[in-house]
Amino acid sequence: MTNPISVPLFGGNLIRLTPLDHEKDPEVIAGWTHHAEYVRMTSLEPLRPLTTAQIKKQFEQIDKEMEEGRRLFHYAIRPRDEDRLIGEARLEWVEWSNGTAQLKIGLPDPADRRRGIGSDVLRLLLRFAFRELNLYHLEVQLPEYNVPALRFFEKHGFKLEVRRRQAVNRGGQRWDLISMAILRPDWEARNER
Amino acid sequence: MNDDPTADLLRGRLVRLSASSPEDISRLFVGWIHNSEYWRLMSNGPPFPWTQEGVRKHIEKEAEKEDLRNVFFAVRTLQEDRIIGEIGLDGISYARGESYVGVGIGEAEYWGKGYGTDAMNVILRYAFTELNLHRVSLTVFEYNPRAIRSYEKCGFRMEGRAREAFQREGRRWDMLHLGVLREEWQAHHA
Repeated sequence: MTNPISVPLFGGNLIRLTPLDHEKDPEVIAGWTHHAEYVRMTSLEPLRPLTTAQIKKQFEQIDKEMEEGRRLFHYAIRPRDEDRLIGEARLEWVEWSNGTAQLKIGLPDPADRRRGIGSDVLRLLLRFAFRELNLYHLEVQLPEYNVPALRFFEKHGFKLEVRRRQAVNRGGQRWDLISMAILRPDWEARNER
Repeated sequence: MNDDPTADLLRGRLVRLSASSPEDISRLFVGWIHNSEYWRLMSNGPPFPWTQEGVRKHIEKEAEKEDLRNVFFAVRTLQEDRIIGEIGLDGISYARGESYVGVGIGEAEYWGKGYGTDAMNVILRYAFTELNLHRVSLTVFEYNPRAIRSYEKCGFRMEGRAREAFQREGRRWDMLHLGVLREEWQAHHA
C-alpha cells in the first residue's frame, strides 16, 4: 500500500500548481487584464487594464496577504512539463474556525478549456482544501452569464446555494450572482481524488 | 416614501443615524462584545478580545479612506440621544449598484423593541435614495430568527442558504442570504 503522504498535492495529470514567479508572470497577467471577455467572465470588478509594473505590485500584496493572514493560497497554473503560465487558482477568505473558503480558477486561453485542464486544477484544489487544510464548505461565485463555468462546477458536485438577484450590471443589463458550494462529505462520496 | 430632498434622511421613528467619535464608539463596542451572545449574533468568527485602543485605531484607519466604500453610523435613540448600536454599509460597489449591510444593537435592553428595524429602514432609504444603489444584501445566521423577522419586515427576501457554512457549539449551521432590490423597497414603502 502506498503511503498517503506520498500523493503529490500540486502535480496533476496535465498541469501543476506552483507559486507565482515575480519576474516572468506579471507581463503575462498584465496581458490578461486587457482581455474583456476573460475579465467579465471571472471578475466582478470593472474591466481595468493594468501594466506589468502594476501587476508586480499586486504580487507583493498577494505575498504579504498570504504570509500575514494565512487566509489565502494563490497558485500559478502551468503545464506539467512547461514553465509558461496558463492560469491562476486560489483559495481565499479561508475561515479556519468554520472550515470555509472561496475558490477561484482562471484559464484565460479558450484553447486551454474543454480539455480536462480545469478538472485537473479543481481536483488538486479540492483535495488540498479537504485533505490538507481540512476545510468543510467551499464556495465559488459566478455571474449567471458564465454558463460554461456553472456547468463545470455542477458537473463536479457543486450545488447552487444563493442567487443574489441583479447583483451584476454589465452590458446594460442586470444579472444574478450565483454562489455554488461543495461540502466535504459530498466530495468524499464522489471519490474524485 | 419621502420625496423631499431636504427631509431629514437619517432620522427614523425611534432612532437617528449619526457620526460618533472613535473614542465613544470604541468604548461602547468593547462593552457590547463582552456579551458573547451579541458577538455570536453579529459575527461567525471567533470572539476576539478587542481592546478599546485597538478598536479606536482600526476605526481611525478606516475613516482616513473616506472613499464611501464603507459607510458606518452610530444608532442613537431619539428619546434619550443615547448610542445603543451600530449600523453600516460595507463593500459598496457603485459599478454593480450593490452593498452589504450590517446592524447591531449592542445595548441588550433595547433588543426586540424595533430599534434595529427602524435603523435598517433608515439606512435603506439612505442606500437607495442618496447613494442610489440598486440592491442591498445581508447575511444572517439560522439561529437568529428575531433578526430574520426584522429584515423581512424591512422588505428583504430570502435569496439562498449556504449549507452548514459555520460551526458553533459542536454543530454546523446554515448562513442565510437575504437581499432587497430598490423597486421592491419602493413598493414596500408605498
